[in-house]
Amino acid sequence: MTAREPGEGAAMTAGEGGAGATATVLRVLVPVVLALIAGGLILLVLGKDPLDYYGFVLQRSLLRWGGAQETLTRMAPLLLIAAGLIVAFRAGIWNLGGDGQFLLAAVASAALAPVLSEVLPRGPVLILCMMAGALVGVLWSLIPALLKARYGINEIITTLMMSFLGTSLANVLIKLVLYDPNTTVPQTRSLAVEDRLPRLFGTSIHCGLLLAVLAVILVHLMMTRTAFGLKLQVLGANRAAAIHAGFRVERLTVVAFAISAGLIGLAGAVEVLGVWGSVRADWNPALGLLVVPLVFLARLNGYAVIGFTLFFSALMVGGETAARRVGVPQHYVLVLVALLLLFLALVEYLDQSRRKRMAMKA
Amino acid sequence: MNALLTEPFLVSLLFGAVTAGLPLLLAGLGEQISEKAGVLNIGLEGMMLCGAYTGFLATYHTGSFWLGFLAGGAGGMAVALIVLLLCIRRGLNQIVIGIALTVGSQGLTSLLHFVQFSRTYPRLPAAPVLALPLLNQIPILGKGLFSHNALVYLSLMLVAALTWMFRSTYLGLSLEAAGNKPAALDAAGVDVIRTRSLAVLATGFLAGVGGAYMANVGAGLFVPFMTGGAGVIGIVLAMLARGRPLWVLIGAALFGASLAMTTALQVAGINVPTDVVQMLPFAVVMLVLVIFARHSMLPPALGMPYVRGER
Repeated sequence: MTAREPGEGAAMTAGEGGAGATATVLRVLVPVVLALIAGGLILLVLGKDPLDYYGFVLQRSLLRWGGAQETLTRMAPLLLIAAGLIVAFRAGIWNLGGDGQFLLAAVASAALAPVLSEVLPRGPVLILCMMAGALVGVLWSLIPALLKARYGINEIITTLMMSFLGTSLANVLIKLVLYDPNTTVPQTRSLAVEDRLPRLFGTSIHCGLLLAVLAVILVHLMMTRTAFGLKLQVLGANRAAAIHAGFRVERLTVVAFAISAGLIGLAGAVEVLGVWGSVRADWNPALGLLVVPLVFLARLNGYAVIGFTLFFSALMVGGETAARRVGVPQHYVLVLVALLLLFLALVEYLDQSRRKRMAMKA
Repeated sequence: MNALLTEPFLVSLLFGAVTAGLPLLLAGLGEQISEKAGVLNIGLEGMMLCGAYTGFLATYHTGSFWLGFLAGGAGGMAVALIVLLLCIRRGLNQIVIGIALTVGSQGLTSLLHFVQFSRTYPRLPAAPVLALPLLNQIPILGKGLFSHNALVYLSLMLVAALTWMFRSTYLGLSLEAAGNKPAALDAAGVDVIRTRSLAVLATGFLAGVGGAYMANVGAGLFVPFMTGGAGVIGIVLAMLARGRPLWVLIGAALFGASLAMTTALQVAGINVPTDVVQMLPFAVVMLVLVIFARHSMLPPALGMPYVRGER
């Protein structure tokens, strides 16, 4: 028995009909508005104009075509990580080691791509590199998965530790083995722009976004519509019940871990192959933990996560520029993110207790 | 190899290990109290960072290091108060709130620091040192271990005090019951919510003091994001220690030593990427886990909100 099983409450998401649609929209809109108001008050106290700030954010991240493309591009890794987390959390597995899985996969694909490009055409290179990324992610989750499956060792500790190890190992690899001798800052050899993931219809958005959206939808369908997904859900809801039902719980645990880490690894590969083309030493976007709350607030629902990710991505893209324009540090956007998470959780709680009261009356 | 065994090297290694390990020790002990009571405190990093900020501010303005530690504790407790209100009283998801608090603390402290100091990072004077008489005369060990800020010795006493408290006091047993079988504690007439609230406030205080030590004594200044994962290491330490304060101390020493190793190696003129050394403690712990594959026992009710009368 570990911490509160993350799969709990997932069952509630399925089967909410159209009547709940307004309530769902409200449940998201109200906290967003509250967070924006609270964040605005902080800006007012600092003597800045909040409307200016929000105006810049909106303009930069969504209204301008260039910014909107950037927002959409940033969604790709977030969505893939979210897909990975949904599988794990629904199966009752706390995979908190996303950062290590992501970074090592990024480094692996960054190291492989320029080498393969010399001998293979672009298509196979990209596919091989993405597979390599996913594989590295899986490998990095194997120890926590086996320890959890065999001996019931708490995966929060092991994945967090493997994450630290992975982040450091990625740096060691770049600084000592995979570095490009032609650059001053240690980084892997750069993949030529024309060899990166193809862009979509003349935009700057790479096709990793399509892959990511597809992955989230497929994961959602797998978890809610297939026997395998149901088994994982049972495992997440009640491990004892899963054992009692005769599921091969050890194998399910390892497989769920592998799918989760594989998708997160794919996220790392896609980010490198689509956007950066190389990995610099000490680069760590630390998305692994940031996506965790988004996934929870979407109640482990794949479709809902797409909306949350879009909003989050827009905030990150617009927030940095807006901060510079208004004259606050760019990390102000983190305050907004935190407020948003707090209010979302709060509204979610109020909604649930209201429902509970109604159920009691009925 | 001889360069490694010189006195300056060993002293700087030991001294650095204590300085780097102390925040981890305090945060780990704090987290341990919460975990015992059944609260998974993912916001530990945020508590440390807020403590570092408020602690620095207090010492910067008053010049007193003790006020700094106290202010750091208060800063950590302010973050803990949110956990208390939202997660313990209202039963909101501890992981979501924990991450929100960490992210929020990072944003808020860099924002406030920017407003006050813009892009400058004022330094504090060196922290007062309490050299233990006689013990500080021992070669190497004296300078490395027994010439530190008094908070270090207090923290060691805290390890002993907590061991005693967990094992033989009513409060210690209540904490454990709140994590193992909260309903039983409730039936015995002890308020679970209050027990857990106390635990979380204690966590906030200790993590905050740890952060303040990191800023005021360790670095001598405040930099945004300065805790850099120390809170996460604290969580790992608390979980590995399985409720025993002495193990948190051992773990903190191990991690502190590896953090200090990189600076000490530079003193000795050996250049290794810091990442190699930083991997060591994690690798060791993982290896131990794989080889001995023990159950890392955690309280069954960890992370579960307690609602009276609900099963």
